[in-house]
This record gives sequence, C-alpha cells and structure tokens, in this order.
Amino acid sequence: MMKTETYQHPDLQGYYGDFGGAYIPEMLHRNVAELKSKYVEIMQEDSFQKEFQQLLKDYVGRPTPLFLAERLSKEFGGSIYLKREDLCHTGAHKINNTIGQILLAIRLGKKRIIAVTGAGQRGVATATVCALKGLECIVYMGEKDIERQAPNVARMRMLGAKVVPALSGSKTLKDATNEAIRDWINNPNDTHYIIGSVVGPHPYPDMVARFQSVISEEIRWQLKEKTGSELPTHVVACVGGGSNAAGAFYHFLDELSVQLVAVEAAGHGVHSGLSAATTQLGKPGILHGSKSLLMQTEDGQVIEPHSISAGLDYPGVGPLHANLFTSGRGTFLSATDEEALQAALHVSKTEGIIPALETAHAFAVLGSLNLQPTDVVVLCLSGRGDKDLATYIRELNLVD
Amino acid sequence: MSRLKDLFAVKSSKVLNVYCTAGFPELNSTVTVMQALETNGANIIELGMPYSDPLADGPVIQASGNIALANGMSITVLFEQLKDLRKTVSVPVILMGYMNPVLQYGFENFCSDAAAVGVDGLILPDLPEFEFETSYGEIIKKYGLDFIFLVTPETSEERLRKLDALSTGFLYAVSSSATTGSDKDFNAVEKYLLRLQEMKLENPVLVGFGIKDKATFESASKYTNGAIIGTAFIQALENTNDITGTVKRFLSGIIS
Repeated sequence: MMKTETYQHPDLQGYYGDFGGAYIPEMLHRNVAELKSKYVEIMQEDSFQKEFQQLLKDYVGRPTPLFLAERLSKEFGGSIYLKREDLCHTGAHKINNTIGQILLAIRLGKKRIIAVTGAGQRGVATATVCALKGLECIVYMGEKDIERQAPNVARMRMLGAKVVPALSGSKTLKDATNEAIRDWINNPNDTHYIIGSVVGPHPYPDMVARFQSVISEEIRWQLKEKTGSELPTHVVACVGGGSNAAGAFYHFLDELSVQLVAVEAAGHGVHSGLSAATTQLGKPGILHGSKSLLMQTEDGQVIEPHSISAGLDYPGVGPLHANLFTSGRGTFLSATDEEALQAALHVSKTEGIIPALETAHAFAVLGSLNLQPTDVVVLCLSGRGDKDLATYIRELNLVD
Repeated sequence: MSRLKDLFAVKSSKVLNVYCTAGFPELNSTVTVMQALETNGANIIELGMPYSDPLADGPVIQASGNIALANGMSITVLFEQLKDLRKTVSVPVILMGYMNPVLQYGFENFCSDAAAVGVDGLILPDLPEFEFETSYGEIIKKYGLDFIFLVTPETSEERLRKLDALSTGFLYAVSSSATTGSDKDFNAVEKYLLRLQEMKLENPVLVGFGIKDKATFESASKYTNGAIIGTAFIQALENTNDITGTVKRFLSGIIS
C-alpha cells in the first residue's frame, strides 16, 4: 500500500507507506487514542497557534537565521546555507517540539509530564518548557547516563525536574524508555509523555513532524528572500530518530526536485558492529509502538546501537524516514564517529560555528555530494556543540 | 476443538493460569517447569517468549526475559523444545510475546509451527485490533489458534464489547495501575471486576495483575473465572536449584 500522493502525512492509521501504525498494548490505548483524536484539532485552534507562534518567537528566538556559509560554499562548490537551529533557546531544535507538546498537554488537561533522555538534551528541552508552564516534570534517564552527563542532569534539576534513574537492563536510554512507558501505563489520566523525536506510536511521528515543520517553513521564505527561489537543490540533515530532518524536509517532501539527504551515524563503520546506521543495517520491525526499520538480530531482538553522538544513538528511525528510504525519495548517507569529529573541527575553524556532534555528521557528507556551482544546499544546523565539549576535548586532543 | 473451550466448559471458576518465561531459569528448563505446573494443578500455562523491549511487562518479568535471552532462547529454540510437548503436557498452552520477534520468524510460519507443537492460543499485547482485523487475525484463525486481547479499567464499554467479540479463549483483564494492595486500591479493583462480571461478556475473564497468594487468587476469582499469576511465580523461580520442588511449593500455597 505504497502512498504516492504525499510523503508528508501518514494515513488515518498512522502509516507512511508500509511504516508507522500504533503497535501499543491496551494499557496505553486510552492515552494514545485521546491524543490521536484531538491533536490535529487542538493544533489548528487559533488560540493554540497564537500561543505557539508567540513562544517560538519570543521564547525560542525564531525565526532562526538562514546563513550563507561562504567559505564552505567555496570549498565544496554550490551555495551552502546553514539553518541555524543551534541558536534556538537551549541550543537545539528540540524545543520547537517540546513547546508544542506542552501546550497540547495543557489543553488535554494533563498535570504531569514525563520524558526520556539519553545525553540529556531532550530532558533539558522538556524540563525547560515544564518550568515555563509550571508543570511537574519527571525525566527518566539510564543510571549510567546520569553519571556520564552530570552537567545536563544539573541543568534539569535546576529547572525543577525530577531525574529518575533507570536501574534495569543496560541502564541506558532503552531502559529509561521502558520505565517511562511503565510510568505512563500507571498514570493513565493526568500524565502526558513528551516523545522527543518522530518515533513512537501514531500520532507521535506526525505530531512531532508538524511541530518541527517550522524549520522548513522558514527555510522556504528565507531562501526566497536570498535567492529568489523557495526551493533549494538539496536539504541535508542528520538522522537518529529523525526530528530535525523531518522538520527540515517537511515542506520539501512533495517537491520532487529537491534532493533530501539524511545522514546517519556509522559509529566505527557501518559494518563494524558498532554503528547506528539504521537504514543500512535495519530490517522492518516494531519498536516503541511503530513499524519502521530497526537494527535487530535474526531472532528479532533489538540491537544496541553505537554512535559517539548520543542524539543519533537509536536502533530505529522514524516511520516517515523509513518510507523516504524504501521509496527512494530520500538519499541516505552515513558518517563515522571520526568523520563527524573532523567535520566538527573543520566547520568550527572555517565558519566560526562549533556544531553539535549530531550535526557534524551532516557536515561530514558535504564532500560526497559532488556539488555543482548552481546547486543550493540547505544544511540543518540542528544544535550547538557546547554540550559536546568534553568529547571534543578528549577526541581531538584540544588540551595540552 | 479448542483446549481452552473444553477447559472452561468443565471449569468456570478459580481457573489458574500460570505465566512462565521460556528459557528461564535455565535454557532447557522450559518443559520441566511446564510439566511441574500441570502436575501441581495449573489449569492453563502462559509461556512467555522473551523480548529485548517488553513494553507491557514489569521489571521482574523483563529481567527473567533478559536471562532467558542470555541463555540462548529464541522462537526457533522454543519450538524445538516444545516438539514433544503434548506427550507430557495436556493443559492448554498459550504463547505470550511481542510482535517483532514473531514478524522476524514470519507471522504465518509462527502460527503454523505453534499449532503443530500443540499450542492453543496467542497473547501479543502490541498487536492492536486494527492490524488484527485487517491482516493478522485471519492467519491466526487459519491455524486454529485462539487469540486473547487485554482489557484494562480504562477500556470503554464499547471497546470492551469489541475486544470481547474479537477474542476467543478468554479475555485478559489487566490493570493500568500496577500498584495494588492498599484498601483503596482493592476497592477500585473489586469495582472493576464487578463491572466486567455484570457485562456478561461472551468470553471467560481471567484477572492478570496483583495475584501473589491464595487470598489474592480467591478474591480475584470471586467475580471472574480465575486469574493469572506471573511476577510472583517468576520471583519464586529466581535462584532455585530445585525447579520441581519450587513449583510444587508455590502452587500449593495458591490452591491448597
């Protein structure tokens, strides 16, 4: 049942082509059904839009600039524009979605917000909006991640969130997700689960993509102002679960002249056994409530991914992206840990912007695009690199 | 012919369904545990197929699944272990698991092989009714397997009727609130079970939460056809050197 009319929206059951759906146990049915029946209606209310747009402008700092990176353009050919999501409040695009979901949660009458975080970025973006709106915030985090990410744990606590360690299994992101879902099962009435990416059961992938679509909405008019055309030749973004890519691609999904380039984390190398290149390694499967491409064993057990960047360290990919991959609409490339590190260093020295490690993966493929002088590339600079400084110091030998 | 139907035809109250994880505590203990369960009075055996990300299970059952996976359990290994199941076990056996490993095995192959070794029904908590109705239900029926849906206190009456109509074998009543035990909670549970009883559903109802001893088993059975014990049984099996003896002691504490 391949859909050809649009790559943008799933069907009524949440399917993008063969991917998506809501594979959830009955214990989550009421929560998910409530969201499914109301999210579009609430998002289209004037009062919602007014408050959302106002906060994006005055709190997040939108529109974020579209910056022509002249030195990178000269180096790689074409015109390379950077969509500066790194300048958003809290340092990444994640807040576009958490602002949207907190406003939705309030309209659903929820009093309590739960979230899951690996490196802490999603947790900080969630704790921030909970502080803004005065809602209780509980962030589940693997016990090991709590030790590794002390500064972000401190940020969340400073913002008033309760950080709960996941003690089961490997004590990392996957286990934190299991515990958050158990929390949601146990609190079916007053709690909203903020999923930070375009993953999870329908309607999450569509809802998060809509909240992030502001990125490509702005790109279109900004590009028109700068070049006279709304359409670039390429849009490039890194993909873990895929929320910044979904936002950057969104208003170009059905513009078939625009090449959509998604960059996954290859870790130590796609076939090294330590990788997060889901579309290269994954097979169709079901994880966290939706059908997508999934890194798994022959027996269908989920494989722990690896990437130097915590934000790309996910064994699946959003169903929208799985459909872009299998339909051929999207071009899926990958960059290794080392390539990302070198790209981060290069971009810092060339443009004076220290990117997040996730974003560095997108920069790492610019050389392989064989750009022509007439090409116009928009790269989604999804986050800033402050949070990765410890990794950069360690891996790039920045301290004497 | 359905073993579940036959069972409920002759026993409509205090039906005891015990959950165990395949490959736990040891890879090859699966059938030993099942035989001991039948010998000591279990009426139905729900056999869990371990999965790395079991959304609908609590930490105790998840941990048993991780041990089983580390022991080398998989669906292929399980069907090999169950090859001669029906030579020694006669009670109904239901497989409980998650969609992903089943899809990788091949959904139709899975149903066919399950039926071939004498499995009676399936519980797949993350198979929603839309997918059941549009693609998978027919395959399940083709191999004569029962399919059991879960219902919770938050399941609306209309939805309950629908899931009851789609289920065969029995309905599995779970709770959204894992924390039972206090008086207030017990009243809420009782109210829920009474509501299920008054709906006069087509399927028998088994209660699947908070059952850990004789008292909780009997109070759950008061309004329904029986109950499912999972977590407490898995806990009893942790660190045991004597599986048969442990099963015997555990069940005698429930149905003595």
